[in-house]
Amino acid sequence: MSRILDVHEVTKSFGKNRVLEGVSLEMEEHSVVCLIGASGSGKSTLLRCINGLEPIDSGTIVVNGRQVVQDEPTLNRLRREVGMVFQSFNLFPHMTVMENVTLAPRQVLRLPAEQAKARAEELLERIGLTDKCDDYPDRLSGGQQQRVAIVRALAMQPKLMLLDEITSALDPALVGEVLDLVRDLVEEGMTLLLATHEMGFARQVASQICFLHDGRIVEHGLPEQIFTDPAAPETRQFLKRVLASGRL
Amino acid sequence: MVPTVVRPRTQSGHTPERPPAWKHRGLRRGVYLAITVVLVVVLFNSREGLARFGSTFLDRQILAESLPPILEGFWMNVRLFMVAEALVLVWGLVVALARSAPGPEAAPLRWLAIGYLDLFRGLPALVTIYLIGFGLPLTGLPVFRNLSLFSLGVLALTLIYGAYVAEVYRAGIESVHWSQTAAARSLGLSHRQTMRFVVIPQAVRRIIPPLLNDFICLQKDTTLVSLIGVLEGFNRARIFSGNRFNLSPVVGLGLCFVIITIPMARLTDRLIEADQRKMRAAG
Repeated sequence: MSRILDVHEVTKSFGKNRVLEGVSLEMEEHSVVCLIGASGSGKSTLLRCINGLEPIDSGTIVVNGRQVVQDEPTLNRLRREVGMVFQSFNLFPHMTVMENVTLAPRQVLRLPAEQAKARAEELLERIGLTDKCDDYPDRLSGGQQQRVAIVRALAMQPKLMLLDEITSALDPALVGEVLDLVRDLVEEGMTLLLATHEMGFARQVASQICFLHDGRIVEHGLPEQIFTDPAAPETRQFLKRVLASGRL
Repeated sequence: MVPTVVRPRTQSGHTPERPPAWKHRGLRRGVYLAITVVLVVVLFNSREGLARFGSTFLDRQILAESLPPILEGFWMNVRLFMVAEALVLVWGLVVALARSAPGPEAAPLRWLAIGYLDLFRGLPALVTIYLIGFGLPLTGLPVFRNLSLFSLGVLALTLIYGAYVAEVYRAGIESVHWSQTAAARSLGLSHRQTMRFVVIPQAVRRIIPPLLNDFICLQKDTTLVSLIGVLEGFNRARIFSGNRFNLSPVVGLGLCFVIITIPMARLTDRLIEADQRKMRAAG
């Protein structure tokens, strides 16, 4: 197995607000790492730093052997290999589902139109949305939109996928269909780094859990260990609150 | 329209005594009518006054005689604004993109754009047209020396309205939520591709109403180009009016502008309405 991600002592502030403080994280290919922690603990920021959407203040991030630095060609190359899915889907509202999925393969990878379309059709068929390919995103349910967003990222055939609380904006009844798709990806061996509040799901699919608290990784380990026998008092407290809210 | 009045209820639940709504409305209508009558009487004083008013501004015969040269002149206004509007659409976008170019290395470009915007939005249109129309040929520079009056007028109007339209574009670009840019960039699209495929197509849809508004202003301001001697509608109408000592030709020209502006205004209204309907549906 090869190292796909190496985050070393990363710090990041927004003004006076320190969001990440000396975060280090390593990921092997085909592993699934779940970031858990309260809102504002730095999970999203960490994901955004990894694909260069946010510049970091200090430390290093290396993705697939290449360091993430803030210059346009490097970032463009990096982002071909790293897919990202957002909490709010962020589909392009002025494009059909098909156009959403084929835009990046055509413009970034320079695939010919038919080839990009064939790839998109295959992916859309997988998620059972072939009949929606000419619809605009606002005609789709939240769950369908999020699955299209995942497929849009997959169309670039990324080596690493970053999923940023992708079920948090969904109607509870629609969470299942999105998680099922992610589960499929895990089974296929996709490398995933996901921030999530779905503890049950994290426990099921993760090869490693990282608990973030106030911009630090307080504890990381196997799901069984974190969920049944957390070492740090912050982790215990967090899990107790999650348990009390009935989400575990 | 009289707004519906929600009557305050007293604590006992009875509405306080008030004249019924129709009486209220009748009173108001009466007052408005009285004001209008007084105004008309003061303005025209007598039937003779009304007649003199009519013959000064709306002499049918003079209007009919002046119509051919005025329409010929007005056609020049139409050509001026059609060419200027096409150029403004492109030039405004170029300036807006320069204004919002990212990164420290693009700073000089941004300053240049800001300088242009400040200057041309601040200068009175008449001053700009005067300086460009008379000044540029005087410089004797090879490009400007041979420009026709028409081209100089178009150039001045493009520079003036390009500044306004650039700001409209910029507002549109900034109104596209940053998460759209984040999604596009995370797919590997460059800044340019993100602008071209994701941001600008969404921005353009939103700026059509304010853009049409600026175009209506531009159409009217083509008359300012008369200052540098372009034989457009206003110059023709003014000459005719001077000869006959009667303002009907100028009124005729004014009506030409009103006639082409009304459909534009209605179209703008309808687009704004449709946009709001869409937003309501989305919200």
